[in-house]
Amino acid sequence: MKKIQYLVLVIFCVILLYGVSGLPPKGDLNSPVHGTVNPSDTPVAGTYYIQNAYTDAHTPNMVAVILADYRAFDTLGETIVVFAGAIACFFILRRRE
Amino acid sequence: MKEQTESPIIEIAARGLAPVIQIVGIYVYFHGHYGPGGGFQGGVLFAASILLLRMCVGFENSQHQVSGKYTLPLAAFGACIFAGTGLASLLVGGNFLDYGFLPVPGLVEADIRYYGILFIEVGVTLAVMTALVSIYDVLLGA
Repeated sequence: MKKIQYLVLVIFCVILLYGVSGLPPKGDLNSPVHGTVNPSDTPVAGTYYIQNAYTDAHTPNMVAVILADYRAFDTLGETIVVFAGAIACFFILRRRE
Repeated sequence: MKEQTESPIIEIAARGLAPVIQIVGIYVYFHGHYGPGGGFQGGVLFAASILLLRMCVGFENSQHQVSGKYTLPLAAFGACIFAGTGLASLLVGGNFLDYGFLPVPGLVEADIRYYGILFIEVGVTLAVMTALVSIYDVLLGA
């Protein structure tokens, strides 16, 4: 049983290393993630954010602009998830008389 | 003030550390506009300071900082600040959570977005801080 586990681990490691070896080098400007157009000829959303984050919100940190302005609905959902966790803990664990 | 821990060192250290952690929390919250930080991280730091007091000076003595009665209502209030800002911009003609439409006199649209982000982060900080403190209290059985 132990041998099968090690065998599965080695095979998985080989698959991962093979996948990593096919990635473009770090900082390659011609890789698809750094392009302004997707492979399907649609504009990349990140390009718009990088170019317009400061002029839209006057905030130097574009991560904050994306998190709290462009994608504010997602952050609202996260806040409500935290709140729902607190509510669930309260109603499950509260002391009943 | 009745004493809750045997060791005065732990109690004094916690009472000295908690305000420093809270100041770092305020810094992280306001620094979210210029670097790493923001509402979630600031709220977690606030919760850490409150939980340090809860553990070291005792549950009863740390009620002055954040009362256990108000944690869940404050968490709901924080989430309502966030959602209410979104609804306000919906009511004045923009999209949901589109702060640029909020009617604030004397500011251009980009600056309204700046302060809108800061304002919703208040709600996030409040909700995260009080939610974590509330989970700790409820696990304690208090």
